[in-house]
Amino acid sequence: MENLVAVLICLPFLLALLPLAVSNEKARGCVIYAGGAVILLLSVITAVLWFQDGTTLIFDLPASEIFDKIILAGDFILMFVIIWLSVKHHKTVISFLSVIQTGLVVWVELFGPKVEHTAHIRLDWLSFIMILIIGVIGVAIGIYAVGYMHGYHKHHKDIRDRRRFFFAMVFLFYGAMFGLVTSMNIIWLYFFWEITSVCSFLLIGYTGTKEAVDNSFRALWMNLLGGLAIAVAIVYAIYAEGTVNLYDIIENGKNAGLLIPIAMLAFACLTKSAQFPFSGWLLGAMVAPTPSSALLHSATMVKAGVYLLVRLSVALNGNSVGQMVYIIGGFTFFAASLLAISQSDGKKVLAYSTISNLGLIVACAGVGYEETSWAAIFLIIFHAVSKSMLFQCVGAIENATGSRDIEDMQGLAVRYPKLAFVLMVGIAGMFLAPFGMLISKWAALRAFVNAPSTLMVLFIVFGSSTTMFYWTKWFAKILGLHESRGEDVTQPSEYISMYFHAVFLILLCVGFPIVSKHVIEPMMLDMYGVSSPVLSEGNIAIMVIMVCAIFVVPTINYLLTRKVKDQPVIVYMGGANAGDNKNFVDSEGEAKELQISNWYMGEWFGEDKIFRPSVAFGTLMLVIFLCVIIGGAI
Amino acid sequence: MFGEYFNRFVMMFVFLVAAPFIGGLLDGIDRKLSARMQGRKGPGILQPFYDVAKLTQKQLLAVNKFQLLMVMSYLFFVMLSGALFFGGCDMLLCFFSLSTAAMFLILASTSTHSPFSTIGSHREMVQMMAYEPMELLTAVGFYLATGTFRVLDIVKADIPAILYAPGFFVGFVFILTIKFRKSPFDLSTTHHAHQEVVKGVTTEMVGIEYATTTVAEWYENVFLLGVVALFFINSNPLSYLVALVAVAVVFFLEILIDNTSARVKWQLMLKLAWGVTLITGGLNLLILELIQRR
Repeated sequence: MENLVAVLICLPFLLALLPLAVSNEKARGCVIYAGGAVILLLSVITAVLWFQDGTTLIFDLPASEIFDKIILAGDFILMFVIIWLSVKHHKTVISFLSVIQTGLVVWVELFGPKVEHTAHIRLDWLSFIMILIIGVIGVAIGIYAVGYMHGYHKHHKDIRDRRRFFFAMVFLFYGAMFGLVTSMNIIWLYFFWEITSVCSFLLIGYTGTKEAVDNSFRALWMNLLGGLAIAVAIVYAIYAEGTVNLYDIIENGKNAGLLIPIAMLAFACLTKSAQFPFSGWLLGAMVAPTPSSALLHSATMVKAGVYLLVRLSVALNGNSVGQMVYIIGGFTFFAASLLAISQSDGKKVLAYSTISNLGLIVACAGVGYEETSWAAIFLIIFHAVSKSMLFQCVGAIENATGSRDIEDMQGLAVRYPKLAFVLMVGIAGMFLAPFGMLISKWAALRAFVNAPSTLMVLFIVFGSSTTMFYWTKWFAKILGLHESRGEDVTQPSEYISMYFHAVFLILLCVGFPIVSKHVIEPMMLDMYGVSSPVLSEGNIAIMVIMVCAIFVVPTINYLLTRKVKDQPVIVYMGGANAGDNKNFVDSEGEAKELQISNWYMGEWFGEDKIFRPSVAFGTLMLVIFLCVIIGGAI
Repeated sequence: MFGEYFNRFVMMFVFLVAAPFIGGLLDGIDRKLSARMQGRKGPGILQPFYDVAKLTQKQLLAVNKFQLLMVMSYLFFVMLSGALFFGGCDMLLCFFSLSTAAMFLILASTSTHSPFSTIGSHREMVQMMAYEPMELLTAVGFYLATGTFRVLDIVKADIPAILYAPGFFVGFVFILTIKFRKSPFDLSTTHHAHQEVVKGVTTEMVGIEYATTTVAEWYENVFLLGVVALFFINSNPLSYLVALVAVAVVFFLEILIDNTSARVKWQLMLKLAWGVTLITGGLNLLILELIQRR
């Protein structure tokens, strides 16, 4: 196992060199497919081997002293990369953040008090799930990216082709994420955390336009702030607790009330998972080509934040850190879903929905009950699959139609049936009863009623109604009428990835009782020492029936109505029809095209109305709670 | 154990069979009462049944045949929600299922690319956004009052939920006006002949499609009145009588409101619905939380 995990973490770093080295496009494609397949295989093998035993494994990697040295050197390399790039783009201020945190960590590591040696790697249920998500979903995105980037550079001749660099970053991301979810030593965790920050920064700036550069630096400083928080947590842990073991820190937070490192780690998670006031960076990340959005939103990056929060959740129950986390999460769930209403750009809606969904996960983890952690894991899984699929689909639609605006998706089901199918499954996976959201909302509501927290219950009920609104109107747009069929330019590799996701999502929906029983419940047993089924068998049965009904009922109805005789007519326009469904007779007696638009209600839910107040509220909450926590500790 | 399951299935069956008749009758009574309030004689109480029967025999003039299968799915999910409720299942799941049903109605309506039904369906979505928080809060109210989301256990409580959750009750009755498509909140479609967007969501529904929608509405109304009744029902058999009276009062109240108020804009509806939800539901929730804390 030691060797396997070492290979799992190191191989992606080595593979990252390959796309850099191969300049021929076809050959590079093959190299990426092969590399992706190897990583996928490795992650699945690791997961399966671990699953056979199913017990928590704690161990050192072979030659771990060398790794320690590499990580120390790596910290410096990351720092120099950041300094170089910030100076180059005249944003020198940002490099100070990096210097301070690297300085802190290196200083305490070299000159601080010696701490007892802790093992570096820990494999448990949560790592198991994360390894699968990164390995399976992450690699699928990589495969999709090969086809997508090919089309992307055909369309965007003005953007410099840096695909070699792009794929190198993607592979780096895999390696960093594998390291992050298996690290037990917090210094290791910090190192991998920083790699993801820097990688995402580089990916966001891919196109090199001014907007992209600005947005990438926004992402960088926000994530570096989180990195700084981890550095503080490391210093505190070494000086006050004499340990660098993440699980000791959690244990101390839970039992001895040493909340400062917990608060710092939780703060870092909030930045990484783009909660208010740090939501700006994820919205800015949209400027990057779609596969990097898919990667950041689903399998990596933001998932690193919620992963660590779920880890911390046992230490968050019933204290002020937990309160800080769940209030910010609940608020973000609601505010981001309001903001999504006013957006017509498909990718932006997806970005807000990611933020909103992460808010719910953060809230679930923050309250720290067994049943909410259970819900949080399910949300992480469902969200990873649906969101990756949705981004890929919107990317493919943009390549095919030249637009990712929802208004231009009128009648997509007629124009691009295959893409529309994927889009619909993805949207259904995000919000429709009985899929992912529902079970989580169910558990979260019950937990917050028990907590008790009126504010959170209100956030969830209002947030779920606004979530319904923005998804439904998108969904309705796809199914509208349209005359013509469009030419589909989507590459086979893109379809392979999207269909794979769709099938995977449907299987997950139907099979969630099995996943719950054999994966999540044992995990709860590990984390909380007890495990009771969160959903009663009756409720599980109802949900499975509902999942099936959603697919089966329309199909049966389709078969039933297929033979029904009907007389085609044109729509009612108060007598102003111009002979078809698309035109009407205007006041001058001429045919004019009928435009039908969704509601966006900008003067109510527009970004200019809600975004700043939300950031202000988030900041206020953070400041108040951090004061309370730090004040309480001193 | 077996007996309990049997009873639940019987209840589901009774609902599925009887609800359209009760719903249709209520519709007839509604029309009669409305007519009397407006100084008209009004149609016979059985008129809604004749209407539906006639609708089913009409030729299907379809803009998009897709609409029919969506409308049928709508009916199915409304029936499922009600059946789950009367079968004693989890209330939150009933409401989630009802939201799914509503989504099928919207898909049915927008699939036609018709200007009037599109406006209607967007208003319908705003209506959903307006009433859904209170709907979910109602389930929370029952949970706080009785410690469970399961209808089967709620009816066995010793004290009726209304005593703990009067605020939730008021809020629920308020959003019931939206759900029943009654003035002042009949934005998406109305039962009266004065809708500025023709027939809103149902503009393009013809013959069997409109009949299906009407029957689905009957099912939904019976389910929602069932929720009203649930506020009063407890282990005491007499409470069922009280519940019946309460349902009658609420039903009459809705008709009265319908006939005495003018349609509002969606902005005001959203403000009112969310405001009332916050004040009634939110306050009630807060008070219960404080009591629980102590």
